[in-house]
Amino acid sequence: MKVTKRTFDAVIVGAGGAGLRAALQLSESGLKTAVITKVFPTRSHTVAAQGGVAASLGNSEEDHWHWHMYDTVKGSDWLGDQDAIEFMCRKANEVVIELEHYGMPFDRTDAGKIYQRPFGGHMSNFGEKPVRRSCAAADRTGHAMLHALYQRNVRANTQFFVEWMALDLIRDAEGEVLGVTALEMETGEMVAFQAKATIFATGGAGRIYYSSTNAFINTGDGLGMAARAGIPLEDMEFWQFHPTGVAGAGVLITEGVRGEGGILRNDKGERFMERYAPNAKDLASRDVVSRAMVTEINEGRGCGPNKDFVLLDITHLDPQVIMQRLPGIREISIQFAGTDPIKEPIPVVPTCHYQMGGIPTNYGGQVVAPRASSMNVAVPGFYAAGECACASVHGANRLGTNSLLDLLVFGKSAGETAVEDVKKSTRAHKDLPQEAIERSLERVSRLDTQKDGADVHEARLAMQRTMQNHCGVFRFADKLKEGVANILAVQQDVQRTGIKDKSKVFNTARVEALELDNLIEVAVATMISAEARKESRGAHVRDDAPDTAEKPNGRDDQNWLKHTLWFKEGNRLDYKSVKLTPLTVPTIELKKRAY
Amino acid sequence: MDEERGARLRRLRWHCRRALLELDLMFQRYWSRVGDDVEAADAAALERLVAMEDHDLWDLVCGRTETDDPQLMGMIERLRQE
Repeated sequence: MKVTKRTFDAVIVGAGGAGLRAALQLSESGLKTAVITKVFPTRSHTVAAQGGVAASLGNSEEDHWHWHMYDTVKGSDWLGDQDAIEFMCRKANEVVIELEHYGMPFDRTDAGKIYQRPFGGHMSNFGEKPVRRSCAAADRTGHAMLHALYQRNVRANTQFFVEWMALDLIRDAEGEVLGVTALEMETGEMVAFQAKATIFATGGAGRIYYSSTNAFINTGDGLGMAARAGIPLEDMEFWQFHPTGVAGAGVLITEGVRGEGGILRNDKGERFMERYAPNAKDLASRDVVSRAMVTEINEGRGCGPNKDFVLLDITHLDPQVIMQRLPGIREISIQFAGTDPIKEPIPVVPTCHYQMGGIPTNYGGQVVAPRASSMNVAVPGFYAAGECACASVHGANRLGTNSLLDLLVFGKSAGETAVEDVKKSTRAHKDLPQEAIERSLERVSRLDTQKDGADVHEARLAMQRTMQNHCGVFRFADKLKEGVANILAVQQDVQRTGIKDKSKVFNTARVEALELDNLIEVAVATMISAEARKESRGAHVRDDAPDTAEKPNGRDDQNWLKHTLWFKEGNRLDYKSVKLTPLTVPTIELKKRAY
Repeated sequence: MDEERGARLRRLRWHCRRALLELDLMFQRYWSRVGDDVEAADAAALERLVAMEDHDLWDLVCGRTETDDPQLMGMIERLRQE
């Protein structure tokens, strides 16, 4: 099959916040820039981000980037790289003010400055008291950000390839990345995008879990492509869960519901949080509540025919309070749980929300991988930013409002580094290796020729249930071990999926099968990395690594203060050091993470 | 089903991939119910709905905003849980 070639200075995969910010940097510097995206840019999952973007502007009260850095290191449970964290926190004001100049409609103070509000984990004076650091545009921050960045990209002549799916990295024998292959959904045509810089900004892969707050587009396409091209995935065992997603749907029920008096109950109707957190009860921190819920379910006190969820009860509240103070919750419950919360409790489970790990990068956005004796050698021509990348600023757990900051800072820095690299390169584009393109073509054509193929929907469901049951918010050694065997068995099925619909135009069955190829890489990486890490840290909490005097919170710095690297080939694991030395300030020394 | 109509429906299905999970789930439920059995008027209404911004569409579904367009309201009613 002949593949058309299109040539650019830079190609970006993904048009959410990170992709658009990177594209802007490249286009405004005069480089010929293409953005490939499965959906129209303003339909990217960044739209769902409501909380705001963190920056120590100090508009409402005194603040400092160093305090923000301290909070981020602590939030990461010391797994975050302190050079990247300092870089991000120092750059925050600059990228937020830039965005303001691009027309982002931030909320304002009476004096006309950007209004800032408090957010969990953000404190002043090195953890002393909460600080107002989040800059928001009502409850549509992500949406407003995407619109501002998209308009600016249109002005800068960024070329968008909308409703195209990137398939595989094109990497030559020397390891240099030379572009990607992609499929145009409208025609079914395959194209090789040749570029001197390839930037991945494909977002997270939350759809590996059965219960996920992520939209259906979050299928880890960049991670799958990177893994197939021999790039390791970093710290994939770390996923942030939210305690209350609607069971079976994943839609988030905000913490505000418990704030207004909502009570979690088991199958006996017991208010079980009284046993786990006698003082805070239902308002205990996210991880405590999530763990309590899982313990209730695992010990047979879950609700429903499969005893696999608990109930969030607000039936005792005045219906007027529900209507006035919790707008939207009643509708979500009616639509996705089939229950009216005024009359019946809402079924809920801990739900996957955010991926902390990803494609390893440095703070300049360059993808890095081990080579010879060094663990962090830049892969020529390859960059990544946003949720698909691991800089690593979130380490073992992410602070709210740092995700939008991550995509702005590292989208920009990946763009800047790519501009520098492209401009200093004097040679023409390298020839594309035909065998890499052939491999990609074969992956697509296999779907058409597969005999007695496995059903895509069933294989995806098997993957999601395996991840949810064996590698959820609270983890157990035996379940993880069993989970590794199970997910590898699911992977066998994914490798022989088939599709009935062979049409060319908008063949969504083909797209979903190709997405599953990516999801399964992430699922396998997650399970294997999680099984291997024999400590509790941040969002990775194991039953066999409890809180003790020697190891507070179950964290084992002596053996596990290191990043995991998973390689697809042979499902091999390797580890690399956490960068504990910041750029200009002293190291934030290890201590117990407590709030 | 002729190829042109099939392609139109497949395109429409893809445009039901949204930024918000709430909308993904709502459209998924709709498509599982109707399959390819979508009347031309409904397809036209859906095409108009999927052209909206995600938050605006969700507000319409939740009844936080309204439209006086009977074609759109009819489709919103069909998308909601019965």
